[in-house]
Amino acid sequence: MTNRLLTGLLMASSILGSAGIALAQDKTLTIESWRNDDLAIWQEKLIPAFEKANPGIKVTFSPSAPTEYNAALNAKLDAGSAGDLITCRPFDASLELFKKGQLADLTSLAGMENFSDVAKSAWQTDDGKATFCVPMASVIHGFIYNKDAFDKLGIAVPATEADFFAALDKIKADGTYIPMAMGTKDLWEAATMGYQNIGPNYWKGEEGRLALIKGDQKLTDADWVAPYATLAKWKPYLGDGFEAQTYPDSQNLFTLGRAAIYPAGSWEISTFNTQAQFKMGAFPPPVQKAGDTCYISDHNDIGIGLNAKSANADAAKTFLSWVASPEFATIYANALPGFFSLNSAAVKMEDPLAQEFVSWREKCKPTIRSTYQVLSRGTPNLENETWVKSANVINGTETPEAASAELQKGLDSWFKPAK
Amino acid sequence: MSQQSLEHSQDRRPTRWHIAVFLAPALLVYTAVMILPLFGTLQLSLFRSIDNSQVFTGFDNFRTLFGDPRWSASFWNALGNNTWFFIIHMLVQNPIGVMLAALLSSPQLRFSAFYRTAIFIPTILSFVIVGFAWKLILSPLWGVAPNLLDLVGLKSLFVPWLGKEEYALTTLSLISVWQFVGIPMMLIYAAMLSIPEEVIEAAECDGVTGFSQFWKIKLPLILPSIGIISILTFVGNFNAFDLIYSAQGALAGPNYSTDILGTFLYRTFFGFQLQTGDPNMGATIASMMFFIILAGVCLYLFLIQTRLRRYQF
Repeated sequence: MTNRLLTGLLMASSILGSAGIALAQDKTLTIESWRNDDLAIWQEKLIPAFEKANPGIKVTFSPSAPTEYNAALNAKLDAGSAGDLITCRPFDASLELFKKGQLADLTSLAGMENFSDVAKSAWQTDDGKATFCVPMASVIHGFIYNKDAFDKLGIAVPATEADFFAALDKIKADGTYIPMAMGTKDLWEAATMGYQNIGPNYWKGEEGRLALIKGDQKLTDADWVAPYATLAKWKPYLGDGFEAQTYPDSQNLFTLGRAAIYPAGSWEISTFNTQAQFKMGAFPPPVQKAGDTCYISDHNDIGIGLNAKSANADAAKTFLSWVASPEFATIYANALPGFFSLNSAAVKMEDPLAQEFVSWREKCKPTIRSTYQVLSRGTPNLENETWVKSANVINGTETPEAASAELQKGLDSWFKPAK
Repeated sequence: MSQQSLEHSQDRRPTRWHIAVFLAPALLVYTAVMILPLFGTLQLSLFRSIDNSQVFTGFDNFRTLFGDPRWSASFWNALGNNTWFFIIHMLVQNPIGVMLAALLSSPQLRFSAFYRTAIFIPTILSFVIVGFAWKLILSPLWGVAPNLLDLVGLKSLFVPWLGKEEYALTTLSLISVWQFVGIPMMLIYAAMLSIPEEVIEAAECDGVTGFSQFWKIKLPLILPSIGIISILTFVGNFNAFDLIYSAQGALAGPNYSTDILGTFLYRTFFGFQLQTGDPNMGATIASMMFFIILAGVCLYLFLIQTRLRRYQF
């Protein structure tokens, strides 16, 4: 009996002992993320590049499902079991974590100077004094089109709204292609690829967005209702049964070559490149009249921050400084065409479609999604309500005016603009 | 005399520890995973998070839930949808279950074991599979439903059911019925098998056969089982969540037309997309669900169960 106990103790001590040695040798950092699509890129490109430059630090990328990420992360942070590095959602979701003391202040992190104020705005306190996540990437909205289809039907890339609807009519009359691949079943397609895509041209990008936050404009103003009126006109150009068409359905419809135009976010580029067998092009949301200034949604989407309770804060800061470097920006932007670096250093990209998207930054004025900053802090949540209302407007079950009035009423119930 | 000795022996019987010992594991587990969380939820609903600390606010959360026009609209919408969900189950699932059981228990039916298994199998499938499979079947793009309707020349009847406000909830209810019809069928089937042969024979001697035999003899004998099934359906439906979540997402679209108490609770408690979770309001909704189910079960136990007549053979 004593013999067995002794053996057990010895074995246990040997295991524990070796575990201790392993800890002393390498620091392991864990990254929490919702980008489970990027697992391969992190494991094959980004992490090896970092580990080569920084021996002694091991990095593990551990993503969870996008829709569960926020809830899962909050639970893990509260329980103290979250990873060292936290992928940051833009604006309030992360700001909340910073206020709770769960994200560390990174204002003075080496490498932060590589980012412009606009790039950092998504991960700063309202007064802009503290920054708590390193900006990683933004996504740009626009339309991706089937070049073969356009060539076959002799359609030029539409620049104005009139051209756009003329092109849709032509595709519809021809009948070979579904004019536009979008569904309303998942709701967010209607809001993100619809309303937030074409909207900035109406509310003049940042100007309108900031006026809304200041309370100078309301969602019931003509500039905010007009995009809904345009969305309502999309209905006849969508596929049969679009009310039950999900987001993957829309993607497949386009990549199988059955639809001509896809209201897109630039994040689609890498999937489309591998799936579509035809040539693709992209155009920014058409302006109302020829010669109008164009506005695009260039939305800060991903940042990365430091868990305030991390045991390996120093190693984690080394990693974050690396993320802030142009080296990371180049690898990331090329591995994931469609996620554009926010780094001030110019990044050379190989992908033509991604180049097309990013070229709009020069001729159009960028803005971010109107509902993300400040306005989605309360209940009812403006972003989520916008999903529902945009889908209603496209389905034809609610008029643009009624939808906007509802949204403004919901916003008024909790939002008091700082005058 | 015998009565007296019995009481006498009871007095002297040693404390029956084994009862407590045998009950303890189940009781402890049940307390730990059911009763404590239940009271935790009720407690959470009386607090509110102000500046990151929990403050006792009495029934304020309940006042918000019923007093605030938006909260109450969402709540009544969810409750209304939930009631409709339940009504469909009661009107479709249970009668079909009884009918299937009656057919299965008929001695002339061949392959009854096969039918029984086939009808019961969907019950053991995961919600995720059922939701996904039906989404595909009903898909206007790649689904078999439009093609099948086309084969019989009824293509015009096809509607993207899951995407239309007026049909989505009913469609989902029917999917759920399809999945769970095996449970009432099995319970009723068991009840029907336990009806003794003599009763049926006596009925036949009196000339009660076929349909009238079912109505007059079998149905009264299985009524207690139907009661149990109704209450199981009620509890199951008012706790439902998974199917709606896997088929329609947490926002229960289109336009909240498929929002039931379970999805409303999930959205509120855990948050969704930019909406951060509000555990206190979530717990308030969970408490309301508990009270609604409690009220329903009590109503059943005290009003219906006590009046059901039982037959002893």
